[in-house]
Amino acid sequence: MTDQSTTIRTTPSVSGDPDYSSRRDAVRSASLRRQRLSSIGKHTLLVVLSLVMLYPVLWMVASSLRPDGYIFNNPSLILDTFASENYTNGWSALQQPFGTYLLNSAIVVVGAILGNLLSCSLAAYAFARLRFRFKRLAFGAMLVTMMLPIQVLIIPQYVIYAQLGWINTFLPLIVPKFLATDGFFVFLMVQFIRGIPRELDEAARIDGAGHARIFLQIMLPLMKPALATAAIFTFIWTWNDFFSQLIFVTEPDKYTSSVALRQFIDPTGQSDFGALFAMSVVTLVPVFLAFLFGQRFLLRGIATSGGK
Amino acid sequence: MSALNELRALKPSKGAKRVRDKSDTQDNKAAAVFLAPWLIGFFAITLGPIVASLYLSFTNYNLLQNPQFTGLTNIERMVQDSDLGSSLVVTLTYVVVSVPLQLAVALAIAVLLDRGMRGLSFYRSVLYLPSLLGGSVAIAVLWRLVFGGDGLLNALLAIFGIHGPSWIGSPNTALGTLIVLHIWTFGAPMVIFLAGLRQIPPEFYEAASTDGATKWRQFRSITLPLLSPIVFFNFVLGIIGAFQSFTQAYVISNGSGGPTNSTLFITLYLYQKAFGSLQMGYASAIAWLLLLLVAAATAINFWASKYWVFYDD
Repeated sequence: MTDQSTTIRTTPSVSGDPDYSSRRDAVRSASLRRQRLSSIGKHTLLVVLSLVMLYPVLWMVASSLRPDGYIFNNPSLILDTFASENYTNGWSALQQPFGTYLLNSAIVVVGAILGNLLSCSLAAYAFARLRFRFKRLAFGAMLVTMMLPIQVLIIPQYVIYAQLGWINTFLPLIVPKFLATDGFFVFLMVQFIRGIPRELDEAARIDGAGHARIFLQIMLPLMKPALATAAIFTFIWTWNDFFSQLIFVTEPDKYTSSVALRQFIDPTGQSDFGALFAMSVVTLVPVFLAFLFGQRFLLRGIATSGGK
Repeated sequence: MSALNELRALKPSKGAKRVRDKSDTQDNKAAAVFLAPWLIGFFAITLGPIVASLYLSFTNYNLLQNPQFTGLTNIERMVQDSDLGSSLVVTLTYVVVSVPLQLAVALAIAVLLDRGMRGLSFYRSVLYLPSLLGGSVAIAVLWRLVFGGDGLLNALLAIFGIHGPSWIGSPNTALGTLIVLHIWTFGAPMVIFLAGLRQIPPEFYEAASTDGATKWRQFRSITLPLLSPIVFFNFVLGIIGAFQSFTQAYVISNGSGGPTNSTLFITLYLYQKAFGSLQMGYASAIAWLLLLLVAAATAINFWASKYWVFYDD
């Protein structure tokens, strides 16, 4: 909103009016008051909204610390009694200690991050800097695969992985990442490389550097923010992933934390809800930490992906 | 440039002849090396499987024996399959309701979070966080317990003396809880909108305000047109994503898509057919139906964008 008083002040005919200054003050303070009121209203709205948004999650954390039997019909966030038994119960409720599932998830996540960083940066360098035949076709194909539903691939992929003996290993969850199948990250890195001045690589070319050296010694170090963004998104998406982990990992000792968590839900409804809540909180902690420390990169990443 | 704009730009324009000179192909060898992982991935685990699943759509296949070609049998079966029919209704309802609602909330909050406002980054973080958590099994579990018969929502309603039903246990409201969950994750499109709003020169609003334009008028005549490419981007990707929703419906209904098919997303039905009863041929046909739906929705969006998306280039 522009300040009305500015417009009035610059009108000479009005400023000659002796009553003007008091009238102007009245106008200004009324508009300021209105602004302050609307600002208070806005902040109230946003604070309420933020609380409503976070309330279910906070309730889950609070409930996970309540003794069993005190969870339901208790919407409060304040703990009268504090109990950590849900965490110890939940940790050992399934066939394996929950730590095994967390470790399995961590293995998949680390593999996926390494794969995405390596393969997507290589592809991105080619798309952003090299000239080659069928480039437009390949780039278009890459963009289209970003929008492809994974469900249309999953059955033949399952058949391939079954023939390779990869079912119930982490390979189907990791190997595709080394083949740049996450077009989103290729695209993100292409965008980033396009923003790096070409003079840098041209200077290196003149000094006799080949593409391998330009990529390793110039591009990769400059791409650190894009690599960080890709790493954090890969971390969160892989950690949260359920569909492909449910399909490819079938034995309890290989369960990832997503798949393991699902085992808590008993179809008969006799679940240990305290333990379920506690382990749910445990699986959310890594995502929350990634958000806390990587927020800068996450925000920048999604802003550039959607920017004009 | 968003990915969608890049696609738009790739479309060969009429009459424009491509000039190919020698320098156009000088990096072929290097490109082959840099693109090798992507090429292998593209052919072996993307393009190959798409073609394979098209073939499997016309077969009977249970993983143990070789696929048997059965012609149009799967398609005839799809036409008569009432469960598939309900899954289409559920999926389309979810897509058509949840995506526009989520974007409307995201846009409204983004506009409310004016530039330079105090606490902007705090609000942005808090409101963004749910969109990172929302896809997880843990949040789906939470939703079960918020909207269950003796869940959090009913505990809150009880304070006002209202006795609520089991929201996830009733066919009328179960899908609604999933839509609420989708709206809850409005933070990601909100951040994209915020970045877009920052691109609009403040002078536009100053000029409009001097001319006496109301806030609503400014939103209609400045914000919406200038933001329309980003609305379009969020809309297209939101629809593609919503068609593929799986985890939440799976966890809330315990994999059944119930009560009475009310949360039977097409992805869930496909999963049941493929990995529950090993009907890989029929499931492939469903997967292709999903692909065609997504492609049709995207094509319609691109076509309709001519009428409402404003590109200044």
